Parts: sequence; C-alpha cells; structure tokens
Amino acid sequence: MSEATTVAEAPTIDSALPFNDAVPGAVIGVWAEETDKAYFVAPDKLLPLLTHLRDREQYDLLSSVTCVDYSAYKGKLRAGISERFDVVYHLYSTKKGGGPIRLHVRVPENETVPSATGVYPGANLQEREVYDLFGIKFEGHPNLRRVLTWEGFHGHPLRKDWKEAYYEEDAKPFKSRHPGGHYQWHEDKLPWGDNNTYPQGWDPDSWKEPVTYVPVSQAPYHGYGELDTQSIVINLGPHHPSTHGVFRMLTRVEGETILALEPEMGYLHRNHEKIGERNTWLMNMPFTDRLDYINSMSNNLGYALAVEKLLDIEVPERAQYIRVIMAEFTRIINHTWSIGFILNDLGALQTPALYAIEEREMILDLFEEVSGSRMMCNYMRFGGVVRDLTPGWVDRAKYLAYDRLPRALDQLDELLSGNEIIKARGRGVGYLSAEDLIALSVTGPMLRAAGVPYDIRKVEPYCIYDRFDFDVPTLPESDIYARYYIRLLEARESLKILQQALRDIPPGEVNAYASATLGQGFGTIMGGKGGYTFRPKEGEAYARIEAPKGELGFFVVSDNKPNPYRYHVRSPSFINLNALGPMSVGYKVADAIVILGAIDIVLGEVDR
Amino acid sequence: MFGTGLLKGLGVTLKHFTETFIDDRRKEPSRYEGSIQVDERRRIIHQPISQEGLLTIQYPEERRLLPERFRYIPMLIWDTEAGEDRCTACGICAKVCPPQCIWIVRDSDESGKPITRPAEFYIDVAVCMSCSFCAEFCPFDAIKMNHDYELAVYDRYPQLVYDKEELTVPIEYYAALWPTQYAAEEAQRAKQKEEERRREEEKKKAAEAKAQAQTAGGESGVAKPKRSKEELEVLKAQAAAKAAARKGEEGGAETEDAEAAKRARLEELKRKAAEKAAQRKKESGE
Amino acid sequence: MTTTPVAQFSDLKREQLNRYLHDRIQVPEELQANVMVTTLDKIYNWSRKSSMWPLLFGLACCAIEMIATAASRYDLARFGMEVMRPSPRQSDLMIVSGTVTKKMVPAIVRIYNQMAEPRYVLSMGACATGGGPFKEGYTVVSGIDKYIPVDVYVPGCPPTPEALLYGLIKLHEKVERQSITTVPWYRKGASEAVPVPILGPDIFDPRKVQIIKEYTLGSTAATGGAVAATGRLQPQPIPEDVKARIRAAQAKYRAMKKQPA
Repeated sequence: MSEATTVAEAPTIDSALPFNDAVPGAVIGVWAEETDKAYFVAPDKLLPLLTHLRDREQYDLLSSVTCVDYSAYKGKLRAGISERFDVVYHLYSTKKGGGPIRLHVRVPENETVPSATGVYPGANLQEREVYDLFGIKFEGHPNLRRVLTWEGFHGHPLRKDWKEAYYEEDAKPFKSRHPGGHYQWHEDKLPWGDNNTYPQGWDPDSWKEPVTYVPVSQAPYHGYGELDTQSIVINLGPHHPSTHGVFRMLTRVEGETILALEPEMGYLHRNHEKIGERNTWLMNMPFTDRLDYINSMSNNLGYALAVEKLLDIEVPERAQYIRVIMAEFTRIINHTWSIGFILNDLGALQTPALYAIEEREMILDLFEEVSGSRMMCNYMRFGGVVRDLTPGWVDRAKYLAYDRLPRALDQLDELLSGNEIIKARGRGVGYLSAEDLIALSVTGPMLRAAGVPYDIRKVEPYCIYDRFDFDVPTLPESDIYARYYIRLLEARESLKILQQALRDIPPGEVNAYASATLGQGFGTIMGGKGGYTFRPKEGEAYARIEAPKGELGFFVVSDNKPNPYRYHVRSPSFINLNALGPMSVGYKVADAIVILGAIDIVLGEVDR
Repeated sequence: MFGTGLLKGLGVTLKHFTETFIDDRRKEPSRYEGSIQVDERRRIIHQPISQEGLLTIQYPEERRLLPERFRYIPMLIWDTEAGEDRCTACGICAKVCPPQCIWIVRDSDESGKPITRPAEFYIDVAVCMSCSFCAEFCPFDAIKMNHDYELAVYDRYPQLVYDKEELTVPIEYYAALWPTQYAAEEAQRAKQKEEERRREEEKKKAAEAKAQAQTAGGESGVAKPKRSKEELEVLKAQAAAKAAARKGEEGGAETEDAEAAKRARLEELKRKAAEKAAQRKKESGE
Repeated sequence: MTTTPVAQFSDLKREQLNRYLHDRIQVPEELQANVMVTTLDKIYNWSRKSSMWPLLFGLACCAIEMIATAASRYDLARFGMEVMRPSPRQSDLMIVSGTVTKKMVPAIVRIYNQMAEPRYVLSMGACATGGGPFKEGYTVVSGIDKYIPVDVYVPGCPPTPEALLYGLIKLHEKVERQSITTVPWYRKGASEAVPVPILGPDIFDPRKVQIIKEYTLGSTAATGGAVAATGRLQPQPIPEDVKARIRAAQAKYRAMKKQPA
C-alpha cells in the first residue's frame, strides 16, 4: 500500500508536469511525494482534464469528491497556501485497477468550481454534499441544493469557523470534565433548553420555510394520445416501512409509472465528520461502528487502514488474519440480511428475513465473544485488533464457516432462487447498463451484478486478500434478480476466504503495540500524551476497502495534531443512491421500493 | 415447471417448522442443552452453536449466558481488601471517552490540596456509547464494563446520570463477571508487587546503610488513613447494596427478591466461570 | 414451558390469574371454578398491556436491534407485540429506536400526534434518550423527550434485545399501575396535540418562540445573541440548591427501593 503523501510547499507550473501535453496548463503542481499520484489542478482546466482522464487514461470511476477547509490548519507543510478550500477528487479505473489519481482544486472563499457532473454524473450527490457542508458552489450542477441539512439551515457546518450550539472546545478531551467535572446537562446552558443556535436578528415569527425546488416537478409531461392524463407527486418516507430507515423518495408518477424520482436524505445526519474532527484519532473508532451499523467490523477496518497509512505501522500476521475473518463474517451478515430485506420489499414478508437473522445471530454471538458487543464491535485498532480471540473461538468459527453457513446459504438459495414470484418481480426490473453504473460512481455488488468484475480485494488488494483463492462473481443481467443472486454468490465466496483464513491463522501477537488484555491499552508504547493520544505525521491518506455495500473509503488529513484535521467518509450507500433515480424511471411505484432495497442502503452511512 | 420454486420454498419452511416443533416436544429440548437451571422456572441459556435453527430465549425467565467480554455500562471497582476505591481520579477515562460522558471531581484534603481520590464521579448513561475505552485505558483497573443491562427507567434525570455510589461495585462482583481478565490482572499485579517489594528492600538496605553512615534521620510522617474504619465499612456496605440492588426495581416491591436473584446470579456466574476455566484447561491440555 | 408437568401447569395458570383478581371480594368456594371477580382497572390494564402493538418505526442502529428483538431468538410475540404496524393509527407504542435528528423531529412529532390514545413512547438507546454519542452534533436532538413525553427510557448503545425486552416489561408494569380514572385520555378536554417543531435556521419549537426572540432580537441581542450564550457555555458547578434537590430525589428513590411496598 502506498504511503501518505506530503505536500509540496508551493505549486509551480512546470512543463514536465503530467498531462500537460494533453491538457496544457491543467496540472499546476504535484505533491512532494508522488506515491498516490496527487496533482494540483487549475479550476478552469478541471473539466478538460477530467474528460481527458476518463476518455484517454481509463480513469472512469470518480470515486470520491470532498473538500478540506484549510483556514485553521496548524501544520507546517501547507501553511503558505492562501486559498481556503481544497476540493479533492479521487479517480480510479475499473479497467486497469490499481491506485487512484488524486486531484486537488484549490479555491478561495466565494469562488466557484466547475461541476464535474457533466463528465461524471456520479459527482451529483457528492458535490451537493460539499455545497451543503462547505458552501462551495459548483457551476453547472443541475440541482445544487442542500442534501444533508435542510433548505434554510444557517451556515455551512464543516467550515472550521462554524460553531454549533454544543460547542465547547475545538478538540477533545474537554477541559471541563476533569478535575472539576461538575455534571451539567449541556442543554441547560442555553435558555431554550436545547442544542440549537439561531443567527442574530432572526425573527421566528416571520419565518417561512423556504419552498424547495424539487426537480420531480419538472418531469416530462406525457399525454397518451387522446387521453390526457395528469401526473402526480407521491411522497414515500421519511417514515415508511420500505425505506430501510429514515429516507424519503419523491416520485412523480403517471398512473403507476414513475416519471421521475428524487431521493431526499439527511434524516439521520449525525455529523460524523464534524464530530470526527473534534475527536482524537482513536475516539473515531467507535464512531465508525455507527456508520454502517450492520457491518461495524468493516468500517473499523477501513478507518484503521487509513490511519495506519499515516502512521506507517506494520500489522502483525495474526491480526491480519483476524481482520479478514471479521470482515468476511460481516459480509455474510450483510448479504444475508440484505437478501432477507429485498425479499421483504418484494412482499415475502419476514420469512426470508427471519432465516437471515437466524444466521446473523450466530455470527453476532462470535463477535460478542471477542469484542464484547453484538453490533458496535469497536474491535480494530491501529496496528492490529484490540484483543486476541478467545479459546475455542476458531473452532466455533470453523463450524460456522465449514458447516452451518454453507447449509444456511444453500437453504436460502433453495427457498428463494427458483421462486416464480421473485423471478417475475425481479427479472428485467431496475436495469441500468454497466457503463451507466460506472458513470454514476456505483460500486459493490450492484456493479458486479452488471457484469463488471470490479472488486477492490482483487484490483487493489489490502490486508492480505492477495493470499486467498477466491473468485469475483459477476452476473450480466443488472436487474433486481441479479442483484439478489450476486449477494448469495458473494457470500459463498466469503465462505471460501473464511475457510482458508481459519485454516491458516497463525499464532502470535494481535497488535503491533502492547497487548491490551491487561487494562493498559496499547497506547503506552505508541507514545504521546498519556498513551491514548498520538500525532500522526502531517499529510493525507485515503484508504478504501471493499465493504459489503461497495467501496468504503476514509479520507483523513493530519496536521500533526492529536485530532484529525479532516475526516471524510466515502460511503458506498450514499453514492450508490446516485443510481436510484435513473434506475427507477419507467418502472412501477412498487418496483421502486424493490430497486431501493436492492441497492442495499443503510441510512447511518448515507447520512453519516 | 411453473410452481416448483414455490413448492420448494414451502418445503423449506415446513421442514423448519417440523424440526423445531419436534425438538420442542422432546423431554429435554435442545435449547436447554448446556443451560444452567437457576430455580424451577429460571435458566441461563448457553446456546450451543451446533444447535439446529435458533430457538427462542424466553427472556425474563431464561437469560442468555453472556460472554465474559460483554460490555454495557462502566462500573467503578471498590477494592474490598484495601477498603477503598481503586479510582485515583487521574482522569484518563474522562479524557479518552469518545462522547465525553464522564465527569470527575477530584477530592481534596482539608487544606485544599488535591488528593488521588474522586469526590464525585458521574457517567451520563444517556450519552455513553459502551465503547469500553475507559476500561481499556485505565491504568489502575478501576473502571470496568458491567454486564448488567436491565437499566430501563421511567425518568431520565437523575436516574440516568449515574453518580459514584451507583457506579461502584465490589471487586468480587467484577471477579465473577470477568474471571479470566481478573485472574490475568491479579497475576500482573502480584508480579508488579513482587518487583516493587524487591526494589523497596534494596532501597531500604541502601537507606539503612546510609543511615548507619550518617546516624541521623527524621521521622517520616505516617500517612493518615483517608477514611476511618467505620466510614469505610459503611461505604463498603453501601456499595455492595447498590450493586446488588441495581437490578432491583424503583417500584420497590422486589428489592429483596432482586437482591437474592443477584446473589444467585453471582454465585451462578462464579460457578460457571470455574467450570469454564476447567473446561478451557481441559481443552488446552488436549 | 414444555418441562412443566400438567399438574403444575394449572397451578401456574392460577398463579398468573390471581394477579388480576379482585383482592377483597371473596367468591364462594362452590363458584370459584366458574366465577372470577376483578376490577375494571385490572382487566382493562391487562388487556391493554397484553396486546400493545408497536409502531414499525426504525431510526438508526437501535432499529436493527429492535428487528432482532422481534425476530425468532427473542420473539416479541411472546409479549403480544408481534404485529408491528406501519401505520400510527393502529399502534399503541412508539419505540423511538435511534438518533433523532432535527430534520426528522417534525415527522416524529406528527406521527406521535397521529397515534390514537392510549399511546406510549419508549425511548430506546442512548441517542433517543439523551442524544447519545452524537449529542454534540449540530443536527442531533438531545433526547426525544424534548418534544414528546416518554414513558420508559432504555439506556445502552445499542440496548441488547434483552435490555429492550426489560424496558417493555417495565412499560407493562407502568400500564398495570394506571387507572382509568386518572389517565389523561379519558378526562375532560381532549389531550392536545404536540405542536410540530419547525425547521428554521435551526429547529425551533413553536412554544419557545418568545425565548428565542428575546435572544435574537431582544435586549440580550445587543451583546451578541447566540454568541452571548458562549458565556453560559463555560462549565459551571451545579448550584448548591440544585445539588440538594438532586440528592433528595436520589435519597427518595433509594428509600423507595429499600422499602418493599
């Protein structure tokens, strides 16, 4: 894996810079260490460069768009740079595989950036997120509205100078807790008894909720011959049993046919990134559990990998195996769970879901035994895992991996795959071509169900996945049925990995630092204040893993302080929702629910 | 042929139904295999992983056997041997707590000099995320994770802001809940003590030699006990009662019952732990 | 219980029934097999608690544990709760399972208002109870009880299914203690709907407009409105009188626990 990169002190235009013969003047600087291929790009040349990269260099997947506010940066390396914001793009190639190209577009406040949606439609939701949280306007974006907060919200919360009502200090730990920690409810400190702030001079009496521009209202008008039908807007959610949480779909329908569908989210926006920037590096670990709360182990793994890149830690052999075992068990949980709930959406109410939960409980028992919690495992640490497996754990896991889970998957297969109703409802519904899916930045099982064998465990192996013998199953159909079936196939491949990992797991240390079993934590050797804080070197790192739902990436920026300067989660659920609208148009309302189910979102990760 | 998929699916459910039904009619259903009978109606279920299907745990009467590492809400350890809190108010748990839900007031003596003892210790359970960092990083093994999950209350304040009294449990309780870790910690502690004693002896010898050389020395002030014996007894009793009564209801009708249950459970857990340890030994021996 | 012999079973049944019988009115022995006397309260509470339908309503992580509770291993059906109704009109119990965000709160309050009385609210998990680990977030409501009344709080992050079941049992106990004559929903003057909070620059409760106005426009506005609040943000020791109140409440609570009622 590549190391974290550090920044060149000041970018200079150089004729030897890459892509300058193709798009002159686009790249105006490079990072000092070029391991991750990171370039400064002139804002006005961004679109030509992106087009060039997509068409000529095969970088067809715009994985992540995010932004960093450098106004409070305390590190040494980037102190001289005057522009406040840095919009960061990560591009990958589904054809070549390998590492990313990272583009940085630096913009001063109040200036706009050209929107990448024309080149990569998948930038849609992510640019909206950047606009919402940083206030950067993307020129040419078709639908630049707030996405996580609501229309009318004051300010842009991820800017470093924006303070919420709870605000106590810039960084944890808060000084008020010790030694004079007189307990007081935070709400009681504000006159209205809640964690709210209101801008100066705002008059609640004259407040009117802004009428939001909803694109579904501009759906094309259809008249069928003589019969002049009228289309109506139907709202699904945020409280709706089919939306897998608090999610809202605005659909414009004619009869039962969907003309346009607009996802509306943010109902579970829990400010992971703002809180994450206040937390210490370690404190973020249990928070990642709550991102995709079905797969806490994978989230832990992704975050640990990102920070390990900054820290340059070698993970012991046994810990690597444990990590893989946990991640693959998680994948099985997720896939059986999502199969169950796709079927729930199809109308097979509860029976498949109950069977899925049954196996999940057995795996959760194993998780609970090693980590102490069923769901929020908080098990990985930088440099390994927190504790060793308990005696007898491997045997139980072997029983599951060799005996019980294969049977359970066969049973699910037998129960569901041949079912005529599932075939009738699933075949040909929700089709989107592989090219469209890649353009919309969709990753994970959805993409593989469209025949693209893109699996990060294969194309850019992390941990020790290159040692295992497993296949990347693909299906060509790209419909609901394929998305259901690919999950079954993938769970079987996970079993293959599990069987090999459980067979080969070596004895040894589980953490690169001290053993944490004796109540000492691992921090004492890690150094730093009190052992629980440490300062990674200055720089930035992006680590991605093949989470069960797609590409889960963590983008962290360190300014050599105990807290991350920027902590961004590239969540697969959120970005896969780009495809929801295009996939649903033309199908019935009832299908839209299954299409959403087959994307397999978890709202904790969508809204973060 | 049309309909075969449906029939197959129905067959799977029917198989499931009959299997569990027949199993439940047996004299000793498989869900009770390896379970511990507490009394006539109550059991602690240890579901074997090889059990076919997954049978229901009838919660209030039957409980799941929790693994040792299970964590819910932190607890403070009262060292019964030393007769004092293990906590020294160093504040590491408050510093490492991700949602910052721990509030510690350091105690001070009459002259206002801070001493290593917490005067107040609050955990806001409505904020705690059960991450167990506090237990992981405490250098004195003074804060550990409790297994007690029956904490539902009717009022949020002050019931859900646990103060020191509510959090404190005697060390025996911890030893029963976390036998392996407790044993490991004690071993480590004994080793440390041994080392300390050795160092002390060496120091003493050196000091004696020095004293002999100088033939003069000041009388070292003997540290006054922080609390009187009676006070400690009272506190100890309070802590024990608190820990036992935690399961008790504020309705109050079942305090005795709850205490008895708690004791029974403690005994049960101890026994189970011993059994487990024996089994483990056997396993590792083989 | 499959292991219970039949003879014991009838004893068990009688034992269960005894709780719902009238304490004082004695039924003649020859009639005991056929006649049972109970109070209206008891029978009413019994029926109410025995089929309390929860709202199928999940917010966040805790919802997954709620589903696990409803699934076969813990089986909510044993408490007469197997039918989770997606419609608030048909449900009696709202399990607020997960983080409540400001964007979601208007919807929750609206759903609560739509529920037919008698209705109960169970706040599941740290987030719904008091904001939980996300309390410091700018779009997180620190406790659903700011907006709707809550009957039982279940702490934990997330509460295990057993913890949720324990909370439900506590709720049953609460229902058992209620009386038709005192519950608010049978008294004169229909209980009012909770005003739906409004999403402004930040969420605001229509009931608190006056305080907010004082802050943003009024006399204190001169010193900087919400900024002035930072002065109050400094940690302050709890005043002695408040402390005494808390102590008294705790002592009372403890005393209640010690004395068997």
